[in-house]
Amino acid sequence: MAAPDHTGVPLLELRDVTKSFQAVRALRGVSLALRSGEVHALAGENGAGKSTVVRIIGGEHQPDSGDVLLDGEHVRFSSPREAQQRGVAVIHQEPIQFPDLSVAENVFMGRQPLRTGRRIDRKAMHRRASEVFDQLGVPIDPARQTRGLSIADQQIIEIAKALVADARIIVMDEPTAALSAVEAERLFRVARGLADRGAALLFISHRLDEMYTLCDRVTVLRDGAFVVTERMADIDNDTLVRRMVGRSVEQLFPKRDTEIGEEVLVVDGLTRAGVYRDISFSVRRGEIVGLAGLVGSGRSEVVRAVFGVDDRDSGTVTVDGKALPKGKPRNAIESGVALVPEDRREQGLVLELSIERNASLARLRQVSPGGLTRQSRERALAGTWGERLSLKFGSLSDPAATLSGGNQQKIVLGKWLATEPSVLIVDEPTRGIDIGAKVEVHALLSDLAAQGMAVLLISSELPEVLGMADRVLVMHEGRITAELSRDEADEESVMYAATGNGSAA
Amino acid sequence: MREKLLRWESILLLLCILVFVWGSASTPGFAETDNVSFLLLDYTEVALLALALLPIILTGEIDLSVASVLGFCSALTGVLWDAGMSFETIVPLVLVAGAVLGSLNATLIVRFGLPALAVTIGTLGLYRGLAYVVLGDGAVTGFPDTYRPIATDTIPGTFLPYSTLVVLVLGILVAVVVHYTPIGRSLYAIGLGEQTARFSGIRVQRIKFVLYIVSGILCALASLVYTLRYNSARADNANGLELIAVAAVLLGGVSIFGGKGTVVGVASALLLMAGLRNVLFLNDVTNEIQNVINGLLLIISVLVPVVANLVRRRRSPAAVGIPEPPPQETLPDPVGATAASHATPEEDQR
Repeated sequence: MAAPDHTGVPLLELRDVTKSFQAVRALRGVSLALRSGEVHALAGENGAGKSTVVRIIGGEHQPDSGDVLLDGEHVRFSSPREAQQRGVAVIHQEPIQFPDLSVAENVFMGRQPLRTGRRIDRKAMHRRASEVFDQLGVPIDPARQTRGLSIADQQIIEIAKALVADARIIVMDEPTAALSAVEAERLFRVARGLADRGAALLFISHRLDEMYTLCDRVTVLRDGAFVVTERMADIDNDTLVRRMVGRSVEQLFPKRDTEIGEEVLVVDGLTRAGVYRDISFSVRRGEIVGLAGLVGSGRSEVVRAVFGVDDRDSGTVTVDGKALPKGKPRNAIESGVALVPEDRREQGLVLELSIERNASLARLRQVSPGGLTRQSRERALAGTWGERLSLKFGSLSDPAATLSGGNQQKIVLGKWLATEPSVLIVDEPTRGIDIGAKVEVHALLSDLAAQGMAVLLISSELPEVLGMADRVLVMHEGRITAELSRDEADEESVMYAATGNGSAA
Repeated sequence: MREKLLRWESILLLLCILVFVWGSASTPGFAETDNVSFLLLDYTEVALLALALLPIILTGEIDLSVASVLGFCSALTGVLWDAGMSFETIVPLVLVAGAVLGSLNATLIVRFGLPALAVTIGTLGLYRGLAYVVLGDGAVTGFPDTYRPIATDTIPGTFLPYSTLVVLVLGILVAVVVHYTPIGRSLYAIGLGEQTARFSGIRVQRIKFVLYIVSGILCALASLVYTLRYNSARADNANGLELIAVAAVLLGGVSIFGGKGTVVGVASALLLMAGLRNVLFLNDVTNEIQNVINGLLLIISVLVPVVANLVRRRRSPAAVGIPEPPPQETLPDPVGATAASHATPEEDQR
């Protein structure tokens, strides 16, 4: 590989790249230069557009406008394969490999060295794999089976693959998310070594300290837009956080002042080994409590256990002073708990069933007087809630799949509101729905709280949590790291707690 | 979706009528009362097994051990009768035995989470083997004349056999449960989206468990009818009948993947298959050829919806089926996108 070159033409550059998915603009005017010998950090909140950048560089997506330059020349990767052939390698958070094949076979997948007669030259393959691992300074036996290797080792195999393919541009998409501190350190050594030998690295992480440890430069994205590119040395932690989140809370969040009553939902000492620990909180009548945190911090797991679809190891959940047994969603529903789950398509709806059958699914007994389900009652139920939520549909007997995301979410909300809950848990209620529907959902949550419902709102969108919640709980790696009042909570304090820096207060 | 199913059922009914018209026209003796009664009797057990299978397949599971449960229960009936037990005592015992075999299936599939296909292929062999262990190669005959007419005779003055009446009553019961109760709604929800069903408070595990027990009981009932009808309890009774029953359910428009199908469809398929078998039998078509025809019917029943869907998709790519999921993981939050569209980078760097 060439010697490090800090001045010349970037190995890969994005210039003013724009990308939309249907009506949603995922990237707007994003520019980014990856230089030989440099580790470049890509920072931004969930949904800021980082993954889209990775996919464009990796050839999975093509930009709508703007340029991709490789060694200063225009390129257009029409497929991941083409990007690979031009020297781009993407290391994913959890690599996908062939577990039954040996390490060397995985490293050389698709480009095995051949002997005469197109037979695979195993000896050469193992020798070269050993060389690559030596070069990386990580001892992995090329002959061993891949199954059973740690995620850290699997990532090293991906990096070895990249080296074997002569990759010069290496993208690491949240590689440390599943690694221990020691493993992460080893990965940093390897990454540094690659850069020192002339590769250009793009490093994505939610952990700011890692960026400061490893990276030379950082580009911040927010809401799909380019914010700034700085040398890591020139930007302090506070400024970086502000760049990532700094925006005002808009009219999007029609939060009403409500009278907050007595505690309805009380969770105490909820624990599940390896997932979350010692989670205690309460939600009061008329109150919206926001549950913030990064993806993977255990928020959804906690509310699933509260609702009973998941098991828990210990801890208690009480609603109106009555304890809920663990693992029994039906008891939770009967006690007045409703969960609008994270995954609308897999957990919220039966897509192939009609709107009306979806709407009645959590309330079948109420539409079945005398044990016989009446379609007229189902239809009336769906119609009532459809009207209240201004659902747009052709016919109530149409499959739920035919509706837009926002309208699908309204069915899920209607289905749960039909159970007349006293506690409403909503997990990412506005993910992937259009802006109009989003405002409607926010207004609905406000109204429900004003009517005395206790609302627990999980969202990865900080503005949503800050705009809607009376109180914010922040989770980091399975624990609640901060509890902030509406006045205390701002982007920085929540972000600090969510990235494991403890409360900023 | 509903229109499509209705159409499939109309096609089946039409085919039924065709077979019966063709049979009456071409085959002397087909339309006679005695023959129609025989035709119905001949499919009693298949119908009972199909009723057991329908709800299970609706949830996306399968039970291939139905005919082996029948075989074991028949063998058990023989042994107990041979031992001098009264038939009144034997009936409840055999029904309990069916329930026990069903709950063994349920335990393996529901409690241990094993794939139903593998488990019931296993118990298909196991239960049939146990039948031989219990009874050996021989046959027990001489069942009491007090009860045999239930399985062989018609209701006086009609062509309708008693056992068909039993099937009809049970069929209506299953139809009501499947189409008009919360449990029935739950079956479809489980078949089309098990996770969502769980998140909706439907007790998926419990429902599946009960379905396998009910299946065992229905198979035990079928074994009693079978044993009385042939006046013979043998370990190999109804060998291979599970395939006919599965074929009837699938031909009836029930999706092997779960969540789609009606009792009317299955009933039409049963009638069609029974009629066809009878016509062919009267025309001296051998059993082997009949098997070929049954096999073809099964393949056609699975193929038709797929082909129909393909044809429709080609005609109007957008209108059919479930739209492709949008690339959600890659989408940024639209809230963010809009909220920040006002804030340009320059503003931010003030």
